[in-house]
Amino acid sequence: MQWRKLLSPSDRDGFVKDAAKSLDLPSRRLFLKRAAGIGTIAAITGVAIVDGPSAEKALASMSKFNDRAQAWLFDPTRMAKTYSQAEITRPYPFNAFYEAKDAPEAGETYELLVGGLVQNKKAWKVEALQALPQATQITQHVCIEGWSAIGKWRGVRLRDFLVRVGADLRAKYVTFNCLDRYSTQIDMPSALHPQTVLALSFLDEALPKMYGAPVRLRVPTKLGFKSAKHVYEIVVSNDYVEGFWERQGYNWFAGL
Amino acid sequence: MTVANIAASKSVHPAIVRLTHWLNAMAVAIMILSGWQIYNASPILPFSFPSWMTLGGWLGGAIQWHFAAMWLLMANGLIYLAYGIASGRLRHRFLPISPREIVGDLAAALKGKLAHDDIAHYNGVQKLFYVGVIAALILVVFSGLAIWKPVQVWWLTAAFGGFQGARLVHFLAMSVIAGFVLVHVVMALLVPKTIRAMIFGR
Repeated sequence: MQWRKLLSPSDRDGFVKDAAKSLDLPSRRLFLKRAAGIGTIAAITGVAIVDGPSAEKALASMSKFNDRAQAWLFDPTRMAKTYSQAEITRPYPFNAFYEAKDAPEAGETYELLVGGLVQNKKAWKVEALQALPQATQITQHVCIEGWSAIGKWRGVRLRDFLVRVGADLRAKYVTFNCLDRYSTQIDMPSALHPQTVLALSFLDEALPKMYGAPVRLRVPTKLGFKSAKHVYEIVVSNDYVEGFWERQGYNWFAGL
Repeated sequence: MTVANIAASKSVHPAIVRLTHWLNAMAVAIMILSGWQIYNASPILPFSFPSWMTLGGWLGGAIQWHFAAMWLLMANGLIYLAYGIASGRLRHRFLPISPREIVGDLAAALKGKLAHDDIAHYNGVQKLFYVGVIAALILVVFSGLAIWKPVQVWWLTAAFGGFQGARLVHFLAMSVIAGFVLVHVVMALLVPKTIRAMIFGR
């Protein structure tokens, strides 16, 4: 597979196995098996709660409804709050579906691939991305778990990048595929937001491995899991895709 | 029509109040139980909720419940408040609240001497309780919106002292509501005719 070639030689085998293991999470989709709470509700309200699978279906369609509500609420001119240098969270937390030591290492061969509805599908070396105009932001990362952290990021505005590669900006979605086999997708209006960047630097240093080297997405207008790390491919399309967490039930739009 | 007939036909709770009450009970139960599961993903106090008393099974499932039931909580709450304000029922039932009445009724209640002859008439403590829980519900909705949309409604989030401040207020408002539910359910069970009135109207 293409993405394996982009990893460092030492990571090519070990990481693949680890990632495959983590992907096989203990059937989180079956969250309704834990129905004790539902029983409580039924007892309190005397309302009969529908059985597991249909409740799961109803909740999934409510999540789709929430996607539409959030797209409607999203104001492309509304900027996420920016912070001062002194407000930066130190140490900045590491978070992933694996431990920090297992974060993937990009190899010498690394290039950012571009696919889908774009005119120029030439791959990008990190140096080429660094040569593009850069934008800096000190913004808050809000995790779906409830914690938040303020970090300083620098990189290429995704909007600028999409324009440069001749992306069809009328397409609905931009998908990000990552070296750790993570993936996620965002809507085009959010992709074109001025604060959505392909970060190459953290705290004025080259992006460290634990924060998503060599290239990560930074979307301060969405929950943290949308800010994909170790991005190796960007695909512009009209095909709705559920990423790593979305498949397990996280809301797709995940806007802030 | 005799006076007795008029009294007998007088409904304690109109149908719309009964309907919104039970829908609210369902929404609040879902919100609190799923909220506890969400809380557990990143506790702000040094404890977690036992998983048997939570809803959703894991963070993603709990959030699906939470963000589905929030629409019910808000829409139902708006209908209740709109009716209560337009009909004058809220003002009539819950106002005025005098501190003297609250202290007096609380003392009587603790001595076991508080009468419940007319369940359509609320004593001072009841008024405080119901107005308090309505205020807490309004607060929980606004702090929840501040957590859900800290960028789009940044001014609301800022009013709560930022994202983490809004989380704390959301938790405290939940605590008030959970405390209310506990007392409310116990009191209703002690005076069962109030439950009958909330189901059948009288």
